[in-house]
Amino acid sequence: MEYTLFILLLPLCSFLLLGLLDSKISKTAAGIIGTLSLGAVTLLSYFTAFEYFTADRVNGVFEKVMPYNITWLPLGNLHFDMGILLDPISVMMLIVISTVSLMVHIYSFGYMKGERGFQRYYAFLSLFTMSMLGLVVATNIFQMYLFWELVGVSSYLLIGFYYTTPAAIAASKKAFIVTRFADMFFLVGILIYGYYCKSFGFDFNAEGFAAGAFMLPTALVLMFIGGAGKSAMFPLHIWLPDAMEGPTPVSALIHAATMVVAGVFQIARLFPLWIQYAPEAMSIVVWVGVVTAFYAAAVACVQSDIKRVLAFSTISQIAFMMVALGVCLPGEHGAVIDNHASLGYMASMFHLFTHAMFKALLFLGAGCIIHAVHSNEMSAMGGLRKYMPITHITFLIACLAIAGIPPFSGFFSKDEILTACMHYSPVVGWIMTGVAAMTAFYMFRLYFGIFWGTENKELHAHHTPHEAPLAMTLPLIVLTCITLVAGFIPFGHFVSASGEAYDIHLDWTVAATSIVVAVASIALATYVYAGERQPIAEKLHGAFPRLHRWAFKRFYLDEVYQFVTHRIIFAYISRPIAWFDRNVVDGFFNFLAWGTHKLSHAIRGLQSGSVQLYAQVFLLGILVILLLLIM
Amino acid sequence: MDSHNIMFVILAVIILISSVATVVSKSIIRAATYLLFVLLGTAGLYFLLGYTFLGSVQIMVYAGGIIVLYVFSILLTSGQQEKLNRVYLMKKIAVGMSCIAGLGIFIAMFFKQQFLATALSAPSESDASFLSIEEIGKHMLSTGEGGFLLPFEAVSILLLACIVGGLIIARKR
Amino acid sequence: MIQLEYLLIISAVMLFAGIYGFFTRKSTLAMLLSIELMLNAADINFAVFNRMLFPDGHEGYFFAIFGIAIAAAESAIAIAIMINIYRMLKNISVDELKQMKW
Repeated sequence: MEYTLFILLLPLCSFLLLGLLDSKISKTAAGIIGTLSLGAVTLLSYFTAFEYFTADRVNGVFEKVMPYNITWLPLGNLHFDMGILLDPISVMMLIVISTVSLMVHIYSFGYMKGERGFQRYYAFLSLFTMSMLGLVVATNIFQMYLFWELVGVSSYLLIGFYYTTPAAIAASKKAFIVTRFADMFFLVGILIYGYYCKSFGFDFNAEGFAAGAFMLPTALVLMFIGGAGKSAMFPLHIWLPDAMEGPTPVSALIHAATMVVAGVFQIARLFPLWIQYAPEAMSIVVWVGVVTAFYAAAVACVQSDIKRVLAFSTISQIAFMMVALGVCLPGEHGAVIDNHASLGYMASMFHLFTHAMFKALLFLGAGCIIHAVHSNEMSAMGGLRKYMPITHITFLIACLAIAGIPPFSGFFSKDEILTACMHYSPVVGWIMTGVAAMTAFYMFRLYFGIFWGTENKELHAHHTPHEAPLAMTLPLIVLTCITLVAGFIPFGHFVSASGEAYDIHLDWTVAATSIVVAVASIALATYVYAGERQPIAEKLHGAFPRLHRWAFKRFYLDEVYQFVTHRIIFAYISRPIAWFDRNVVDGFFNFLAWGTHKLSHAIRGLQSGSVQLYAQVFLLGILVILLLLIM
Repeated sequence: MDSHNIMFVILAVIILISSVATVVSKSIIRAATYLLFVLLGTAGLYFLLGYTFLGSVQIMVYAGGIIVLYVFSILLTSGQQEKLNRVYLMKKIAVGMSCIAGLGIFIAMFFKQQFLATALSAPSESDASFLSIEEIGKHMLSTGEGGFLLPFEAVSILLLACIVGGLIIARKR
Repeated sequence: MIQLEYLLIISAVMLFAGIYGFFTRKSTLAMLLSIELMLNAADINFAVFNRMLFPDGHEGYFFAIFGIAIAAAESAIAIAIMINIYRMLKNISVDELKQMKW
């Protein structure tokens, strides 16, 4: 399967081409180059998946394939490798990334039309796609880290795409700094891992792992912090809502479908280690996920910026995946990894897959809406269903999917997650069911707010909303189709914890509960928000003004960060260090410079230009030498 | 006391007195004249040593050329009223004292040093150290043992550079 | 008896007279005269050492000749410079020549 190399090379070439040529080529040409290369990548990915999953299983497991693995940097016993690793989850990720990326490429033709820096935009998209693909096919944790950082860079570049707006610059910096902060832990984790296990690879049967097992929980938790930063887990989630300053297709690709699930992917990749050496530490993953899911859902209920709602919804859904990974249990009958005990692994990957599709769909739909009304605020919308029928239908389907209504894809994956949670602990299970209910509620609040409710006639009269062009609606339709059928994919046959085929059984008690809860939430949302006026919402708002304010301000977490960083870290640590640097370190060198200057000034008089003075000094020197010679 | 010694004493006295007079006389034109006496006395010393060619060169170049040049330039610039700007007496004394001290060190060194030859033998024509002009020319232009072609050429380039430099520096702009 | 030391004393006196003149004179031409004195003292030493210590060699002899040539060259250039300076400044006192000084 050597052709897989082209999956990475094509976007890289297109990035270099577009980045170097920049405005030398026309916007259309740039878009076509980017989209064509991505189309080729998508075809290759599908072909890879086809070939990989139709190959014969060995011992009931799809074999890992490593077409390339080159030692890149030998370091004594350790070595950093670069290569391509194909296994079920990386192949699944190839499909997800290339599909969403291709949709976004096509969509951007319409959305970014006429923007300044169109070529740059496509170059960055290619860079991002290349790095994300490199991340998922990494053969070792270090290669993963390299591409992880590249993904962070391209995310930074794309969030700050509108670099003339201060908010975008601030958001890009925030995203970069917060994720960098988390990546530091990731790096430390990698180094501990490499030091104690004598390898960076994912070949977990190597003997070094048993020897280094006592340090593995530490390393894994540190790496999880890195993953939590990238996947916007509480309390490192603060960058993601702000990242919505970037162009909406970018939000769909990077901040909903692909990059933010890198943390989930990382844990899934290291899953055998977690389950074997650090099963206790997995409760950290669970509880971080639970808190994040609940927190993000609560905040999403009151936001008025539609992209923010979607951003918090993303955080909440990724937390679902995290929880699902965390609730896996070691097998009871000898085998460490047991498909039934580790149902969450499969559920998490399944949800990752379906979520990527319908969340990208939601974001792209939101992009169409923003494109139509030129605002992110829900107050500027309302009653849009008659202007934008395609967007309306696709958005509704996506909402139903995320709310967990059968037969849409979200139902199946979320149901698996809830089953796994119930199996782990009823407390977690019920909390997650509650969060699922909140998800349905806020998604339909959003849906009604946009497409029903009071129309902002004033604004719409001024600028009538219109359906988006075909370039934008086509990806919506494609993604809708995927969302409709994805739930029926026998996902367990492709991806499962142990690799052996696993049939998904719907646990009908859990499924029924979640359907009932979701329908009830939707009904509640309909009752509260669907009308022309929203008396209940206003009453609730009036009854709990403080709660509303707190939720609206995201529970003041950003302010807490601001306080901690500015008032405590900057004021008491950074500033004294800066003072030390400016006054003591710089002062020392300034003193040297000053001293040299003064000294030169003092002895300048000797260089008087008076020949006789020179001669006197000269003579004096000669006499001294003579005296020395005589003595 | 043969004629050699008498001649030496006369020359020594002329040189010593004239060289001191060169540097202390108030008038610069006089100083130049005293210098002429010093140089002539030096030429006499060369004759005394038996270096007749060197002595004649000394007279021709120094006395005949350089001193004339100096006198011309003195007359061109300041003339006889060379206002020797007031030099502080203290400085004169200090320089004089240190010169005398240096001279003392030198003389002490001369006598401390045990030179091989202590007395000047009378020059004789047959002595190997005496050179005819023909031999001097051969030495100047030969490259082998006792040849001085390299310094000769170096000096000729130096003189050429001086001619060019002198012309450029002193030309009217 | 003409001893070597006597000849050396003559040249040493000449040298120190030159040094004294170099320090105390203010006129650059007078300083040049002092320099001639010093050079001449060196020439005498060349000749004397050759004659009395190494009668078989010729090095001192020839270097005395070269010394004379160099002295001539030096004074020619120096005088050219002095005349030029005099043209510009109407003065050749060493204290006044400060244009070259930084």
